[in-house]
Amino acid sequence: MLQQYWLYLIYLLGSVFFIVGLKMLSGPKTARNGNFLAAAGMTLAILGTIFMHKNEDGESIGNYGWIFGGIAIGTVLGWISAKKVKMTAMPQMVSLFNGMGGACAALISLVEFGHLHGDTPPVTILTIVAGLVIGSVSFSGSIIAYAKLQEILKKTFKLPAQNILTIILMASILGLSIYLSFGHASTGLLYVIFALSLAYGILFVLPIGGADMPVVISLLNSFTGVAAAFGGFLYDNQVMLTGGILVGSAGTLLTILMCNAMNRSLTNVIFGSFGGGGATAGEASTFAGGTVKSSTPSDIAILMNYAQKVIVVPGYGLAVAQAQHVIHELEAILEKRGVEVKYAIHPVAGRMPGHMNVLLAESNVAYDKLVEMEEINDQFATTDVVFVVGANDVVNPAARSNPASPIYGMPILNADKARTVIVSKRSMAAGYAGIDNELFYYPNCLMLFGDAKDSITKVVAELKGMD
Amino acid sequence: MDSIITFIGENIQLIYILILSIFVGIEVISKVPSALHTPLMSGANAIHGVVIIGAIIVMGHAEAGNWPALILGFLAVILGTLNVVGGFVVTDRMLEMFKKKK
Repeated sequence: MLQQYWLYLIYLLGSVFFIVGLKMLSGPKTARNGNFLAAAGMTLAILGTIFMHKNEDGESIGNYGWIFGGIAIGTVLGWISAKKVKMTAMPQMVSLFNGMGGACAALISLVEFGHLHGDTPPVTILTIVAGLVIGSVSFSGSIIAYAKLQEILKKTFKLPAQNILTIILMASILGLSIYLSFGHASTGLLYVIFALSLAYGILFVLPIGGADMPVVISLLNSFTGVAAAFGGFLYDNQVMLTGGILVGSAGTLLTILMCNAMNRSLTNVIFGSFGGGGATAGEASTFAGGTVKSSTPSDIAILMNYAQKVIVVPGYGLAVAQAQHVIHELEAILEKRGVEVKYAIHPVAGRMPGHMNVLLAESNVAYDKLVEMEEINDQFATTDVVFVVGANDVVNPAARSNPASPIYGMPILNADKARTVIVSKRSMAAGYAGIDNELFYYPNCLMLFGDAKDSITKVVAELKGMD
Repeated sequence: MDSIITFIGENIQLIYILILSIFVGIEVISKVPSALHTPLMSGANAIHGVVIIGAIIVMGHAEAGNWPALILGFLAVILGTLNVVGGFVVTDRMLEMFKKKK
C-alpha cells in the first residue's frame, strides 16, 4: 500500500511539473527550461509506473523485456527523426508525433476492450470506446495533415455532400458507441467503430486547405490530449488525466486564438471551403487588371540602400526557399548603412503560428526585430520599402476591400500603404487560399520573380558592390 | 441514468481534477506571445504523450500467451515513446534557436 502512495506522490509531482513546464513554455526566457521540466515530469511518471504500478488485483507490472524494448525503439526513432528534421518540415513533424500519440490511445482501448467481463459498467466501456474514437480520429487526421504539408497529398478533395456525409458518419459513430456500451459489447462492432473513426479523421482533414492546416494540427493536438485523459479515467490515473486535459484545454484555446487571428470561426474552418479553393477564385478578381511591373536585383538594391526604413514581410515561401540566412545577411548590411529594418510577422504566416519566428531565429535574427501585426500595421504608411518574401494572402488588400473575396475580413498586414512594395515570388501563381492578389497590380508594387534565396543573394551582392 | 450518477459519484475526485485542469490549461497559456505558439504547441504535443503510461500498464499486465494484447501493447509503447521523445526533442530544437541570438 505504501508503495502505491509513493506512486501517487510521483504522479502529483509529474502533474505539477507539467503545469509549471507549460507555464514556462509561454515565456521566451523560461521556455527551454519549461520544456526540460515537463520532460523530467514525464520521465518520473514513466519510471514510477514501470516500477511501482499495481493493478486492482495487486499485480505488479511484468513483461519488462517488451516494455523496455518498446521504449528503446521509440526513443531511438523519435530522437533521430526529431534531430534530423529540417526547420521547414517542423510543422508536419509535430503533426506526425501527434498522430503517434493518438494511435497509442486507440491501441490501449483495443486491448482493454478484450479485458472486459460481463459485469463491467457501461460507463467504463464508454470510456474505452471514447479513447478509441478520439485517438483514431486524431491519428488518421494527423497523418493526412502530415501528407498535405509534406506535399505527398497535393490536392484538396471534397466529396459531394461532404458535410452531410461527415455528420452522418459522426452520428453513426456516436450511436454505435452508445449501443455497444450499454449491453451490446462485441469485438466485431468495436472494429467497425474503429474503422469508421479512422475514416472520419480522413474525411475531416481532406477538404481543409493548406492555409488552415495550423488550426487543424492544433485541434487534433487537443483531441489527443482528451484521448489521453480518457485513459486517465479508465486507469484511475491522475497524471494521465491532468496531462491530457491540460493539453486538451490549452490546445483548444490555442486553436481558437488562431481562428481569431484569421477572423474566422472554428466551424467556418471545418465546414467552410476556403483553401479548398476553386469556386470563389474567379469572381474575386474583379479589380481592373493593371499591369504587373517586374524589377531587377540592382534596382531593388538601390531602392533599399537609400531607404530609411525597410519592413520585411516573410511567408511560407521564405521557408521553402531556405532564405532565412540570406535575408538576415541583407538585414545586417542595410542596418550597417543606417537603414532601419524590421520584420512584420502575420499571426498565420507560414504553416503554423510562430513558424516565421522559429525560422528567423534559426538564422540569428534578433527577437526584438520581429514585430507582430497589431504593432506594426500603423508603421507601413511611413515606410519606404516593404519587402514581401514568399508571402501572399497575408498582404492581399482584398481582405479589407472586397466582400466577395473568400478572405474578406481576415486582418492583413497593410503592406500596400508603404511607398514601395517589392514582392519576391517564384511566379504569378496564387497563394495558398487560391485567390489572386490585386496588390501585385498596384502602381507602387514591383515584382522580383525567381527563387527567393537566389533573388535575395543577388540583391545582397549588388548592395555589397555599391560602396 | 443511475449508472452515470454512480460513475460520477465513484470518480468525483477525478472529475474535480478534470474540471480544475481545464481552467489551469486555459489560464496557463492565455498570455503566450504568438512567437512562441509553435514551440508551445509542440511542447503540449509532447505532454499528451503521457498516454504512454496507459500503454505501459496495458503491456505490463498482458498475459504471456495473449499475442494480440502483447503485440498491440508493444506497438502502443513504441508509438507513445515516439510521441514523448520526438515531441520534447523537437521542442527543444525550436527553443534552442530562440536562445542563441541576443
